[in-house]
Amino acid sequence: MNSPRWYPEPKPNPTWPKGFEPVLTKRLGTKDSRSIETYLADGGYSSWKKILAGIAGGDWTPAKVTDMVKASGLRGRGGAGFPCGLKWTFVPPPEKRGTKPVYLLCNADESEPGTFKDRLLMEQDPHQLLEGMMLASFALSVAHAYIYIRGEMVHGAEILNAAIAEAYAKGFLGQNIQGSGLTLDITVHRGAGAYICGEETALIESLEGKRGHPRIKPPFPAVSGVWNCPTVVNNVETLCCVKHILDRGPEWFKTIGRNEKNTGPKLYCISGHVEKPGVYETAMGIPFLELLALAGGVKGGRKLKAVIPGGASAAILTAKEVENLPMDFDGVAAAKSMLGSAAIMVMDETADIPEAVTNISKFFAHESCGQCTPCREGTPWLNKMLKRLVSGQGKRQDLDLLLQISNQMGNGMTICVFSDAAIAPVISGVTKFRAEFEAYLSQSASPSFALPASDELTPRIAERTAEGMHS
Amino acid sequence: MSGGANTPVGELPGLPRVGEHGALSIGKPLAFSPESRKKVDAILRRYPTKQAALLPVLWVAQEEWGWISREAVDHVAQVLSLSSAFVWGVVTFYTMYNRAPVGKHLVQFCTSISCHLAGAEGVYAECRKRLGNLKPGETSADGKFTVIEVECLAQCDRAPAVMINDDDYAVITNENLDELLGSFK
Repeated sequence: MNSPRWYPEPKPNPTWPKGFEPVLTKRLGTKDSRSIETYLADGGYSSWKKILAGIAGGDWTPAKVTDMVKASGLRGRGGAGFPCGLKWTFVPPPEKRGTKPVYLLCNADESEPGTFKDRLLMEQDPHQLLEGMMLASFALSVAHAYIYIRGEMVHGAEILNAAIAEAYAKGFLGQNIQGSGLTLDITVHRGAGAYICGEETALIESLEGKRGHPRIKPPFPAVSGVWNCPTVVNNVETLCCVKHILDRGPEWFKTIGRNEKNTGPKLYCISGHVEKPGVYETAMGIPFLELLALAGGVKGGRKLKAVIPGGASAAILTAKEVENLPMDFDGVAAAKSMLGSAAIMVMDETADIPEAVTNISKFFAHESCGQCTPCREGTPWLNKMLKRLVSGQGKRQDLDLLLQISNQMGNGMTICVFSDAAIAPVISGVTKFRAEFEAYLSQSASPSFALPASDELTPRIAERTAEGMHS
Repeated sequence: MSGGANTPVGELPGLPRVGEHGALSIGKPLAFSPESRKKVDAILRRYPTKQAALLPVLWVAQEEWGWISREAVDHVAQVLSLSSAFVWGVVTFYTMYNRAPVGKHLVQFCTSISCHLAGAEGVYAECRKRLGNLKPGETSADGKFTVIEVECLAQCDRAPAVMINDDDYAVITNENLDELLGSFK
């Protein structure tokens, strides 16, 4: 058996597909990859230096950086896949925002079950993220940026703080940086254990020192975010990409990826029943089976049963559905699920889908912020019913009731999309693997129980729910 | 739900009495040590409002006292010019602020989906059994370990994942559990 290991240790180089040149993970696992010295030796901070030197002569303007990011087609890596450059342009121009400062928040609250890519980027190559933040801060005229890191990543926060101290010492941060007239501070803000703080407006509330309750949008953060100032929230991986776009140009970035709407390198977190779980960097849009092969295939050579393609919030896909699936935002969305944070959880034929769905529902019941009634009440209700079902006490109407409750929780009934996320695994699990749930029901010891043929279990509700969910 | 340090424990025998706001009271006022106070002042310089420093200052409080008592809430509230009720509201929202004393080592088992697929619940149950049939969130008789269940620790590639105090451990099974626990004094 593997012996226990303390985690922040240099990790071996991940496997890359043939012909793919690693971008974000290139320095991961190399000696002293966290130190500023090795980062500089590897050509780090070149874009930041370029900009600092080029401001005076007018070679570099914030608009130029934004345009490059826009042209690259970079989409947010946190889950929604919103075009990053476009998000930046939503910040009101100086004449409209008056004296209000603009804030950049790095979303490092990586809490989606199955996601562990940002942790790797921050713990192994913190300067890559810092440079990305510096460039984004220049583009957005930000003087103070924050990294909201989840509370559990104690070492990640320490590593980032050490890296920030190095950057100040080298004159890459602070007042009037290298005589350029720019001022930039970066502060690490540790969360304290709340999944919802990964939602951008909840993150803002949490940074303000409140409970992490998502805000009603609009106004969107770009107009009125933290301390009522224009705010841009970007994921760790997104900001790391910005650094490389500035280094090598948007045209280069666009050459990577399946099509012009899904560009750039992407980190995939593969876990569950595979031979070699881990973070894999490939071009955006790699077909699922190639990705699976990179991770050594299904554990023990067993058969693939189901895949969760984008973290616990994504609808479960069957083995058949993922067969030819391109793993990018549009590809997975076309299969009525989502790429999300690219947390791919593989389940082989031994996996028990009702158990897995019950487990996921437990997560959501625990993490609901409690602000909106459908979510606060619905998530524990789903969990209770599923627990009852897998413990052999299911009632005849349970499957339909699960779908019915789910239907009442989603589709914009709540302030944020947490509720939609909570029902996606339930609806997809029950509709696609109904026979497995019914097998539990047929064993049920519930006194009222007598199961009719499965077709008669009001299939209409199931269909309607499945459609309504994705319309 | 993860229980442990955050389970309402006011009714449990042997624990301090419950104060206003439902927080446990230790019965004497608290104040930051000079070192903690210095940390707080450094934190305050990084934010435009005092309130924004609440989460980091609560971390300082937990570092100093091990958990967040009613008196800790009162002191933090006073330092940041907030009401105690507001601070307590924030404390109760986040799972990582301990609202009751915990053992010397806080053992946190991830049981979210990837760890679940790797059998984490079984290891969690076995760990509690070996430490003296602890209920979720209970502290061992020698005060050494408190064992709780938490959600995803972002170590899904090395499931089942466990976090003990501030450190991460990976691939924890019934076989290497004794070795892991034995390494804590």
